Amino acid sequence: MIGQIVFLIVLATAIYLFSRNVGRIRRNILLGKDTDRSDRPAERWKTMARVALGQSKMGKRPVAAVMHLFIYVGFVIINIEVLEIVLDGLFGTHRIFSRALGGLYSLFIGSFEILAVLVLTACVVFLARRNLLKLKRFSGMEMKEWPKSDANYILIIEICLMTAFLLMNAADYKLQTLQYNHYIKAGSFPVSSLLTSFLAGQTSTLVAIERACWWFHIVGILAFLNYLPYSKHFHILLAFPNTYYSKLEPKGEFSNMASVTNEVKAMLDPSFVPTAEAPGRFGAKDATDLTWKNLMDAYTCTECGRCTSVCPANITGKLLSPRKIMMDTRDRITEIGKNMDQHGNDHHDNKALLDDYITREELWACTTCNACTEACPVNIDPLNIIVQMRQYIVMEESAAPASLNNMFGNVENNGAPWKYSNADRFNWADK
Amino acid sequence: MDELNKSEIKNPNFEIPTMAQMAAEGKQPEILFWVGCAGSFDERAQKITRDICKILHHVSISYAVLGTEEACTGDPAKRAGNEFLFQMQAMMNIQLLDGYNIKKIVTGCPHCFNTIKNEYPNLGGNYEVIHHSQLIQQLIDEGKLKAEGGESFKGKRITYHDACYLGRGNEVYEAPRKALEILDAELVEMKRCRSNGLCCGAGGAQMFKEPEPGNKDINMERVDEVVAINAQVIASACPFCMTMLSDGIKHRDKDQEIKVLDIAEITARANRL
Repeated sequence: MIGQIVFLIVLATAIYLFSRNVGRIRRNILLGKDTDRSDRPAERWKTMARVALGQSKMGKRPVAAVMHLFIYVGFVIINIEVLEIVLDGLFGTHRIFSRALGGLYSLFIGSFEILAVLVLTACVVFLARRNLLKLKRFSGMEMKEWPKSDANYILIIEICLMTAFLLMNAADYKLQTLQYNHYIKAGSFPVSSLLTSFLAGQTSTLVAIERACWWFHIVGILAFLNYLPYSKHFHILLAFPNTYYSKLEPKGEFSNMASVTNEVKAMLDPSFVPTAEAPGRFGAKDATDLTWKNLMDAYTCTECGRCTSVCPANITGKLLSPRKIMMDTRDRITEIGKNMDQHGNDHHDNKALLDDYITREELWACTTCNACTEACPVNIDPLNIIVQMRQYIVMEESAAPASLNNMFGNVENNGAPWKYSNADRFNWADK
Repeated sequence: MDELNKSEIKNPNFEIPTMAQMAAEGKQPEILFWVGCAGSFDERAQKITRDICKILHHVSISYAVLGTEEACTGDPAKRAGNEFLFQMQAMMNIQLLDGYNIKKIVTGCPHCFNTIKNEYPNLGGNYEVIHHSQLIQQLIDEGKLKAEGGESFKGKRITYHDACYLGRGNEVYEAPRKALEILDAELVEMKRCRSNGLCCGAGGAQMFKEPEPGNKDINMERVDEVVAINAQVIASACPFCMTMLSDGIKHRDKDQEIKVLDIAEITARANRL
């Protein structure tokens, strides 16, 4: 009975804290400007099913794709086991599904155990790729300190959880074969049954191991749940809405700024009456100038570095890293949210995404080639943020590099980016 | 490779019709050829422009150009963040195009192609827009264009460099390759091709500024990939890629061994147009 009460308190606290933190992230995302992504729902569901659920963009890197698939499927399927654990915890039962499912239960446990081994293997391989093989993709100026440890913590936690799960089953299975107490025969345990020889023979020790692993496993999962909102691992949740709200237009298409359209129409036609009010600012200086989708992108990023590894600017040693653009955006909007919580909604810290986080050198190095957006397995769009920040620099500050200002002048005066007279535009026909 | 240079000196021996002229005669062409700024002013790209005209003339498509009335689509301004300038250009161009009642456009540049096709509709400009590689593909599919009577590319190692705004930007991967497939050449792909293609370094208005500090220029990174697969010809479909790749090849002192040719030039040469 005490166990059930303790369990209920732990579960309720975990759920409360998790929803509070998710609420904060939601609030932070909604600090962004509005953008309409409610069109074409059928196409959006399809995109989500293909890209998030079906992992369609992972295949470009086959080793990572297979290992990631193990963890992904493992995570989804083992959640059924977590449900049983939660119900057992609440009702003080033991393997509540075993009686109801009968022979099927063996199949479930069997598949959980095999998946647990696959998850373990994948986590070990991933740790090795990061720390022993030191894959270039996982390094970079933005991948020091917290982001570096975060990745390792996630993998280590998952290894611990899977180990506890298998050890729990092993002790349980041994108790079942001894027909001890309520440990009734609950089916086959294809992996953990191999571990029983490593366990002590005393039933009291076995019960202690089983109970300890049970508590460690479920409390670990609840703790991990609460770790998510502070971690890049949050992608397991946001990948779904983020792909649903993907840009559906061709990658080359940049949306037109409606506020500018109004001003340009008014310039070309004096009788034009603008329909929408002018925005406070053209382009983005701070994270709150970006759209909510940009901010959702930022919280969805799992820092895998596929974008940066294909970025032509980054490949050739320039400062730009699309992954850093996303991480900076997330860090900045999180900071703004924290400031609001601590000092009220009107607090200004005199910092901004531009210059305090992202430098102009990074922004001007982009070739807008869309390699980053193509590479992202969850359809994040760093390019859109880069362009919005360029818009701020150009339209609010008139601070483009001098050579680009020359180009603007040429387009405006001669109708071409170079200093050629428009009268000579058709000379090619006479050559 | 000398034979590759023969047709370079051959100029069109036909009039290139302008919209103004056609309108004056009360005629409406089937398609407008949007030349673009590079195609109009850049000497290397002018050759490609003339070759596109030769192809249009060869298959007797009724077409016209805007001549001195054409102006920048606004693409470099938009990518650089100058939305005002972009929309000014766009709206003036839309006025001009609608004034001539244009319905269909073929462009000689992936940037013009992307901008008119994707970004003009929202500003009121709705046209059927294709890139010249797509036109060539259509003509091949219809049997109107072959590779005969001109230079032989038989057995030559040819690779195609995907322009970002044609490939990833608009998922046009097959059309330019189709123009090469009829050559009976040895087609080779670079490691980074199609959706994984590496940018030449010119997009996003980079063409008009110095690159940021780094350890290599992007076009050199790309050209080294071409050198690595021993290609004799890099086929391109974008005037900016053309400049970047040609500069890179020259810089590596490989301009005798490796030619950079546009899809339109290759087609024109293969047919001795």
